[in-house]
Amino acid sequence: MEEVDVEPSPMVIADLNSFIYRHLGFEWGPGDLLVYETNYKLSAGSPLVHVVRKDEDICSPILRKLFNESHLIFVGLQKIKEDVPSKNKKSQFVSISKNYRSVIRACMEELQQNADGSLASQYGDQVSILLAIELIWNLCEVLFIDAAPAGSLLLHLLDWVRLHKSDVDARAREVLQSESPAQHQSYWDVVISLVLQGRMDEARQVLSKQASLRAESSSVFKRMDVLLQTMPIFNPTGTQTLTEFDVKWRHWHEECDRCLQDNTFASNRHLETIVKILVGDEDTILEQKELLSTWYHFLVTRLLFTHPTIKPPDLHYYAQSSMNMFLGPRAPPEPLDIILLSAFEFDLHQVIKDCSIALNNWWFVAHLTDLLDHCKLLQSHNLHFGSNLREFLVLEYASGLFTHHSLWQLAVDYFDHCPEFGRVYLELQIERIPLDTERKAIKVLRICEDRQMSEQVRSICKIMAKRALRNNRLGSALSWSIRAKDAAFATLISERFLQDYCNKGSFTDLDLLDNLGPAMLLSDRLTFLGKYREFHRLYGENRFSEAAKLLLSLMTAKIAPRGLWMTLLTDALPLLEQKEVKTRTTHALHSHFTVVKKLDEDIESTKTELLRLALARNLAMAIVKEGTIET
Amino acid sequence: MDPTAKYISQKISRTRWRPVPAGLLQQPEVFAAGSWDNESNRVSIWSLGDNDSDTDGEFDEEPRLLCDSEHDGDVMDLQALSLAHVWERAHRYSCDNAPCTAVVCRSPELVSVGEDGRVILYKADQTEVVRVIENADSSTIHAVTFLRTTEVLTVNSIGQLKMWDFRQQSDSPAQILSLTGDRVPLHCVDKHPNQQHIVATGGQDGMLCIWDVRQGNTPFSLIEAHSAEMWEVHFHPSNPNHLFTCSEDGSLLHWETTSGSDMSTLLQRGWNSRVVSHSGVPLAGEDDSVVSSWLAGDSSKNRLEATHMLPSQTLSVNSLDVLEQCLVCGTDGEAVYVHRQLPV
Repeated sequence: MEEVDVEPSPMVIADLNSFIYRHLGFEWGPGDLLVYETNYKLSAGSPLVHVVRKDEDICSPILRKLFNESHLIFVGLQKIKEDVPSKNKKSQFVSISKNYRSVIRACMEELQQNADGSLASQYGDQVSILLAIELIWNLCEVLFIDAAPAGSLLLHLLDWVRLHKSDVDARAREVLQSESPAQHQSYWDVVISLVLQGRMDEARQVLSKQASLRAESSSVFKRMDVLLQTMPIFNPTGTQTLTEFDVKWRHWHEECDRCLQDNTFASNRHLETIVKILVGDEDTILEQKELLSTWYHFLVTRLLFTHPTIKPPDLHYYAQSSMNMFLGPRAPPEPLDIILLSAFEFDLHQVIKDCSIALNNWWFVAHLTDLLDHCKLLQSHNLHFGSNLREFLVLEYASGLFTHHSLWQLAVDYFDHCPEFGRVYLELQIERIPLDTERKAIKVLRICEDRQMSEQVRSICKIMAKRALRNNRLGSALSWSIRAKDAAFATLISERFLQDYCNKGSFTDLDLLDNLGPAMLLSDRLTFLGKYREFHRLYGENRFSEAAKLLLSLMTAKIAPRGLWMTLLTDALPLLEQKEVKTRTTHALHSHFTVVKKLDEDIESTKTELLRLALARNLAMAIVKEGTIET
Repeated sequence: MDPTAKYISQKISRTRWRPVPAGLLQQPEVFAAGSWDNESNRVSIWSLGDNDSDTDGEFDEEPRLLCDSEHDGDVMDLQALSLAHVWERAHRYSCDNAPCTAVVCRSPELVSVGEDGRVILYKADQTEVVRVIENADSSTIHAVTFLRTTEVLTVNSIGQLKMWDFRQQSDSPAQILSLTGDRVPLHCVDKHPNQQHIVATGGQDGMLCIWDVRQGNTPFSLIEAHSAEMWEVHFHPSNPNHLFTCSEDGSLLHWETTSGSDMSTLLQRGWNSRVVSHSGVPLAGEDDSVVSSWLAGDSSKNRLEATHMLPSQTLSVNSLDVLEQCLVCGTDGEAVYVHRQLPV
C-alpha cells in the first residue's frame, strides 16, 4: 500500500459547536459519517447523532443534471462496438469527449446564471471547480484522445488556450465598438493579446483602425500588417508536409528577425513589442504576464513563435521551463498547475491520482478514466485489491451515487459495466434501498430480475409480503409471494386465510380466492385453500356430488392439514343428507372419520355422534338406491 | 422531429397537460410534472412559450418553470381541477398511511384508489368524502378510470379489472374481468374516448390488452408491447386510432391502427408486435361501420404500427400525456421530453 503523498488536511465540520460533551464517537457509513457525542459516565439527556456528508455536490440541483446527462453519455460509450476500425473509433471518442465537456459547460452556465444571494459563494466555488475540470479534460482530450501529431498539436493547443481565455473577445468587442478605437486605453492590450493567441487576422483588423489615422506612419503599419498576414499556419488537411511548413516558417521567422534588426518598428514601441513577440523573444513574451495570466498560455505562445512544429514527447521540457519562468522562484505551484504539468508530461496515472485527491467527488476521474480506458490508453495496472484502475474509480463513483435517495438508479448502470466487482456491489447495495411504495419496489425488483439476482428478489418480495400481511392485505401479500415463487410464504398466507375461516366461518377476499389460477400450485396449502373454496362454491351452487368428490380428493390427497380434517368432515355432514352421494364416497368418508377419531381423542362427542349417524343413514340410503332397479 | 429534452433535477413520476378549452383548436402549452423519490418532492408547472406562427418554425424552446410547490411523499398522480383541497389520511392502513396510487377526475367528482384496496369518491367542493368502498380489493389497486359518469373501472395487482357502479349501494363490483392463465399485475388502464366499452390495459409483463367490457371475460387483443412493466397507456383524446404506451424499459411507443392494404413494417429493434385476436365474431346488433378498428378480428385487414418516440434508450419512462399534437413524458433520468408535432 502506497503512502499518501501529502498530509491529509483537517476538515472543519460546521454546526458541531453545540456539543456539550467533550468526547466524540463516530462510525463510517457508505457515503457519510455518523458522529455522536459521548460521555463515559451515564447521565441524563439524550445526545444527538449527526450525519456528516463529505460530498455536498450530490445534493445540488443543478449538478444533478450533470450526473444525469453524463450517465446517458457513459451508457452510450459502453455500447460502442469493438470491431469498428480504430480511425472511426477515434473520432467517436473525440465526439464523446466533446459531449462530456459541453455538459460541463452547460452546467457552469446555469450555475453562473443562478448564483445570487445566499448561494453565490457556494455556486461560485462550484463554477471554479467545473472550470478547472473542463480545462483538464480539454487538455487530456487534445493530448491523449485526439493524440494530435506534430503540427496539428500546436493548433489544438491554441484552440484550448483560446477557449479558456475568453475575456479577450469581450475586450476586443468593447474596443471596436467604441467611438475611436485607436484611442481606447485597452487598444494595444487587445492587439497584443490577439497576437499572443495567434489570432493574426483579428489582430490585423484591430490594427487597421490605427493605420487609418496616422498617415505618416502608415508604411510602418503596412509592414506589420504584411508580417502578420504572411505568418504561416499549418494546415493538417492540406497537402503541405510538416517539413515544407517548417521551411516556410523559418523564412518568415528570418523576415521578422530582419525587421527587428533593421529597427523598422523603432518609431512605435508597441509595434516593436509585437515584432519581438513574433520573433519569439521569451523575455518580451514574459513581460506580458498580465495579458497571459497563466503559465500554460505562456507555454503555448512561446511554442507558437519558437517551435510551431513541436512534437508531443518534447512538450514536457517546455512545459516545465515555462512554468518555472512564469511563476518565478517563490510562488509554489497550485494543485491545478501540477496536474496540467503531469498532463504535458503524458503521465496519465499521475493526472488521475492528483485529480482524485484534489476533488471531493469521483465524477470527473471516473468518467475521464473510463473514456481513456476505452481509448486503450491505460495500461492494465492491477491494483492491490484485484480490479483495475478504471473499475475501481467507476465503482467508487457509483457507490457514492447509491447513497443518494434518488440517484441510485443511475448507479445501477455503472455497476453493470464493471465486469469484476460490479455485480457484487450491486447485490449488496440494492437490498438497502428503502421501499416506501409498491411502485418503487416494483422498479427495484425489475432491476434484480433483469440481472437474475434471485436472492435479492426473494428477499425484497418477502419484505413487501410481510409488510402487506401486517397491514392485513392478504391479496397483496399473496401476489408478492407468487412473484418471488416463495412457497413457504404462500403457505403462511394460506394458513392466515384458513385461520380467518375457522374464526369467522366464512372466507374473506373472495375475489382473490376465486381467481387464483395456476398460482394455486405454488404451495400445497395454497392449493388446498383454492380447492376448499371451490368446494364451498360447488356446494353453494347445489352441485353436491361434485362437491363431495372434491372433498374426498382433498382428504385422500393428504394436502388438507390435519387440524382441519374434523372441519372437513363436519362440512361433509350436510352433504350426507343429500341424496346423490354414492356408497363409495360414503365408505371413504367413513374411513377418514375413523382415522380422525383415532388421532384426536377428545373431539366433542356430539359431533362424532352426529357424524356417525349421518354416515350410517347415508350408507343406508345409498345401498337402497343402488340396489333398486328402475323399472 | 425529435422531442426536446429538459433535465429538471428530479425524477418525474407524472406529467399532465393542462387541458385546453375545447373548440379553440389550440395546442397545449402548459404542463405539470410531479416528482418522486426525492427527500422533498415537488409539483411543478412548466410553460412552453409561444408557438411560432409560421408552420415550419422550429419549436426548440425549452420548457420554462412557472411555479412549483412542495408535496409530501411521492407524487403518484396528477389531474387538473379548478379548486384545490387536501383530504388527509384518505387512504390508510390500521396503523399507518397507505400510498394512494391513482386519481381520476371528472369534474366535479374525483375518485382515488390506493394500496389499501379502497376506492374513495370525493366531490371537489366538499371536505368530507362522499363515499368509501372499503375492501374493494384484497390487493393493491393500481389505476382507475371513469367509464360513465357513475361507473369506474379499476385494475389491481392480481390482474383483474373491476367495474364499480356508484349508484349501487353494495360494496361489491358490478363486474370482474381477468385473463385466464397467469395473474399478471395490471398497472394502467384507459378508456376509448368515444366508445365506452373499449378499454386498454398494460401490465407488468409489458403486454397491451384491449378489452371489451360488455363482452366476455377475456381481452380482445393481446399485444407484446414492451419488455418490462408498462406504466401508462393513453388513447389520443381526439383521434382514437392512435394509442401511446410508455414503459419501464425506457421506450415510448406510438401505436396506430391502419386499415387498408398499405402495410409498412414497424419492427424497430427486432422484436415482434403480434396482433392476436380472440373471437373474430362481430358483435350482435352492431353496424360494421361502428365497430372500432381496435376490436376488428381480421388481422389481415387491420394492422398495428408502432414507432418509438424517444431518440435513444433512456431510463424508465414513467408517465406520458397527449393532447392535440403535443406529447409530454417524464423519465427516471430526470428528463422531460416534449414533442410538439405528433403525426396524428
